[in-house]
Amino acid sequence: MRRISLPVLAVASLVLVTTALALVFFVVPDDADQGFSQRIFYFHVSIAFTSYLCFGAGAWKALLHLWRRDPRADLESYVAVHQGVIFGALVLLTGSIWAKISWGHWWVWSEDQLVLFLVLFLFYAAYFMLRFSVDPGPQRANLSAVYALFGVVLVPVSFLAIRLSHRLIHPEVFTRHGPNFGGWILAAYLVSQVAVIVLAYTLYRVELAGKRLDVRIRELRTA
Amino acid sequence: MTTSEKYVTAAYCVVFGIVLLYVVLIAFKLQRLERDVDELEEKKNGG
Repeated sequence: MRRISLPVLAVASLVLVTTALALVFFVVPDDADQGFSQRIFYFHVSIAFTSYLCFGAGAWKALLHLWRRDPRADLESYVAVHQGVIFGALVLLTGSIWAKISWGHWWVWSEDQLVLFLVLFLFYAAYFMLRFSVDPGPQRANLSAVYALFGVVLVPVSFLAIRLSHRLIHPEVFTRHGPNFGGWILAAYLVSQVAVIVLAYTLYRVELAGKRLDVRIRELRTA
Repeated sequence: MTTSEKYVTAAYCVVFGIVLLYVVLIAFKLQRLERDVDELEEKKNGG
């Protein structure tokens, strides 16, 4: 499969993010319950799903590394996990701001959804401590891959936590019958979701290109 | 500006700021890699 070039991806990201912001701030009506502050939802939820996707991609590449011994897979897994952690930090920050305006608190420890996402984030943040505590080589790649694979189990747990929780302070936006909204809200959400995924993929490709170049330079130096 | 508007602005500024910081860090890294490539090129031409 031919890869989309980086400039095309960068332009697509810019266009999509701009369109999403225009929809969020100029088209979508105020929410009947939360009013203007509900506008955080569009990027907060999109970023959350994107971080799950990044952790999933990291685990998939880790599996490829362990299964086929694909030499590129270790670096790809590392970059995907790195993206996941960056987007995870954004989820926690935007979520905290939204919680403050909606619930009056920056953080609610009794909410399973919040705490489980924090556990997922911290688990993958610890991935870097493990990775950089081992010298580069096959052992580091294997350990990192196993760790990334273990962590992905937390993704469905984090996603389903809201359905298992009985407190329901955190709103449930996706039910078995589909999303709890329609019209412009759904359109703005879908555009935001695509925009954030394309942005994350663009950043992933840029970082991966840099990392590969770094590896090649190190190899040339030692040759 | 209402309180809601301030919080929404803060949330979007946080997203924009972190993505921008990430791009700046990557740009610095690419600059360093460019210098490394130049250095290797000089070594190759000199040796």
